[in-house]
Amino acid sequence: MIASRNLPLLATLLVFVVGYALCVAQFPTMLSPRVLGDLLTDNAVLGVLAVGMAFVVISGGIDLSVGAVMGLTTVFVAVAVTRLGLHPLVAFALALMLGAAFGALVGAVIHYLQAPAFIVTLTAMFMARGLSFLLTTQAVPIDHPLYAKLMSLSLQLPGGGGLGIVALIMLLTFLAGGILLHATRFGAEVFAIGGDRRAAALMGAPVARATVLTYALSSFMAALAGVVMSLYTRAGYPLTGVGVELDAIAAVVIGGALLSGGVGTMFGALLGVLIQGLILSYINFDGTLSSWWTKIVIGALLFAFIGLQKALLTLPSLRSQTP
Amino acid sequence: MTAGAPLLLLEARGVGKTYPGVRALDGVDLCVRAGEIHALLGENGAGKSTLIGVLTGVIAKDGGQVLVDGVEIHPRNPAEARAAGLSAVYQEANLLPNLTVAENLYLGRQPTRFGLIRRRTMNDAARALLAGYGLDIDVTRTLDSYSTAVRQVVAIARAVDLSAKVLILDEPTASLDAEETAMLFTVVRGLAARGLAVIFVTHFLDQVFALCDRLTVLRNGRQVGERTVADLAPLDLVALMLGKPLTASHLIRKRATTPGGVVARFTGLGRKRLVAPFDLELRQGEIVGAAGLLGSGRTETALLMFGAERADSGQVEVDGKTVKLRGPRDAIALGFGLLPEDRKADGVVGALSVRDNIVLALQARAGWTKPLPRRKQDELAARYIALLDIRTPDADKPIEQLSGGNQQKALLARWLATEPRLLILDEPTRGVDVGAHAEIVRLIEALCEQGLALYVISSELEEVAAYADRVLVMRERRAVGLVEGEAISPGALMAAIAGTAGEVAA
Repeated sequence: MIASRNLPLLATLLVFVVGYALCVAQFPTMLSPRVLGDLLTDNAVLGVLAVGMAFVVISGGIDLSVGAVMGLTTVFVAVAVTRLGLHPLVAFALALMLGAAFGALVGAVIHYLQAPAFIVTLTAMFMARGLSFLLTTQAVPIDHPLYAKLMSLSLQLPGGGGLGIVALIMLLTFLAGGILLHATRFGAEVFAIGGDRRAAALMGAPVARATVLTYALSSFMAALAGVVMSLYTRAGYPLTGVGVELDAIAAVVIGGALLSGGVGTMFGALLGVLIQGLILSYINFDGTLSSWWTKIVIGALLFAFIGLQKALLTLPSLRSQTP
Repeated sequence: MTAGAPLLLLEARGVGKTYPGVRALDGVDLCVRAGEIHALLGENGAGKSTLIGVLTGVIAKDGGQVLVDGVEIHPRNPAEARAAGLSAVYQEANLLPNLTVAENLYLGRQPTRFGLIRRRTMNDAARALLAGYGLDIDVTRTLDSYSTAVRQVVAIARAVDLSAKVLILDEPTASLDAEETAMLFTVVRGLAARGLAVIFVTHFLDQVFALCDRLTVLRNGRQVGERTVADLAPLDLVALMLGKPLTASHLIRKRATTPGGVVARFTGLGRKRLVAPFDLELRQGEIVGAAGLLGSGRTETALLMFGAERADSGQVEVDGKTVKLRGPRDAIALGFGLLPEDRKADGVVGALSVRDNIVLALQARAGWTKPLPRRKQDELAARYIALLDIRTPDADKPIEQLSGGNQQKALLARWLATEPRLLILDEPTRGVDVGAHAEIVRLIEALCEQGLALYVISSELEEVAAYADRVLVMRERRAVGLVEGEAISPGALMAAIAGTAGEVAA
């Protein structure tokens, strides 16, 4: 028997499989490994953000700052490499550490001041975005041998095409995120505080630590997404990632997570990202549709999933519970 | 150490707690032996919750000492209390409905290897643990797929497994049916047999007699009795809880006036799981009281009559015409008023002035498009402040700065301003000082004389007996009797309330 809790995830899987089948029916080449590889590569940034966002949403929160943190990271790396002459790897490490620290601060404010995550992360978003413009208002191209070398790395797929470093980072991130969320005590705490913060505290869960870690993780992922973006575009630009936090939230929710917290899966978030990528690919293949159709389809899908979740939430309370 | 010390698993001596203006606990003793099921009883506001809070480290006590197994403890939070061997399970079991049963049992102490949770080991352990409670369920399903009774047992299993010696069960049976209650009793008896001390908080007296060995009764923050259940008659227990001697029949009101026409007639009014269908007639110039223990359904009758809970059976007649009550707005339009039990939560808007609080219901009836002119507001406020003798320097004072009794009078003024025909008062004298008690009772009588129909819910039996013309007696969410006229006395009411407990013990 299928638990009703898993229905949203199954629905998402179905949407992806059917959607992909329809695309392939119209454009058979979409089945090629190259297109698959591109699907992963082109959506790597969103994917990395969605991993962090999944933790935040499941914990019952929201993080609006990830797009801005990602943009700040691209600028920080570009400035550090070109103006300060730091080695890119050093710049990456610094960016990731600063990102995590920034998120930890956000989480601490949310927990200790009992402030709504929405407003705190909105503040963080403005600050990070403003800071990136302080560093530069222009795009800063990065020209470093390491970039060329890293981007040339790829895992060959059978039948041509390959997984570039960017796609590999995303897949590894999802794998690590999935293990952390579903198989560790920290993951259980995230579900616990998303389910009922007060009850979790009464049961002795370290609510403060889990909240701080959750937002630190989300910001860390945002910084990692910035690093990936930097590799992908070989530049830093302060307007990078405007609005992408909303795409990440959409991906997580389409993947079956409840915005009220306590429910969701990492695999679902990956599917949510891939569905968005699939729609974009279809529009590219078609060539005549405006790319803004992506947003319309995502909007419609989100609406459908919210309706599905509402139905699943109300149905069990209508029928009598099993003993 | 006294000689009895080894036997006493929990020993609370002279526990005190003072809140600004209220002595919530005044030198309370609670002693529970190993292997004993000990009932903790008391009406609302008697101090049960505060005592549980102190024991579990949620509330800091300001006097007395608490010993578990002979060792004094000073828990500052539930985790420290738990570490000392003292756990509580609340009515709404504090677990996580979105996690699986096994995750709930082992949250924070999951078996791990290399930092990864060993799910199979955890699930096996959970199954074995619950089997000890006679529960054979799928522990990998989320907790919200199970009934309240199962959740209670899971909560108990978790608490006991976390090395509880003293287990507090706070109204565990409040939302269980008979079969589930029986299952829970079996579990609780099993715990006592294993040598735990169980504190059982409930307001179902028959359950006390069915399950418990000894009991402690609190009233107004004081411990008023510690008894062995077997030696106690149900009537004596009710007397202990309500704290009124079985005399004082001289308080019966002598009234010459006869009640007028029927204002409202409720026939078979009820709602499943809330209160069984009951009949009641309310007449002009008559006070009908409602008596019963906490949780007997006395407040619920008022909510149904006011439309705040929708009845699923029965009908309402006002002035001989059948009417529909879809909500409080309908009731207010019909000229009903309700003064709720919990002033702070349901009635008083603390930051607003006395005047604003008084005109609130009238303004609500007029609608926000027709603001009451300021002059009219001042007039109303002045009139009722004088009429009800509300002690406030002026009408602009925020109502939260008044005393409880004066807040209550301002709320009464709010409903009187709407010129109601039927006024429902739920515990009008709760939380007000003794002097204000008498004033409010006098006010109630004066209102009645002016031709208002009144329905007054109160746990102060002497007061009810003093002013009521008829008293509806509630027990276990059911109207079990209507005591009328000369027959009304605190003793008679107490006997009617105790009815079921008497049958069980007999």
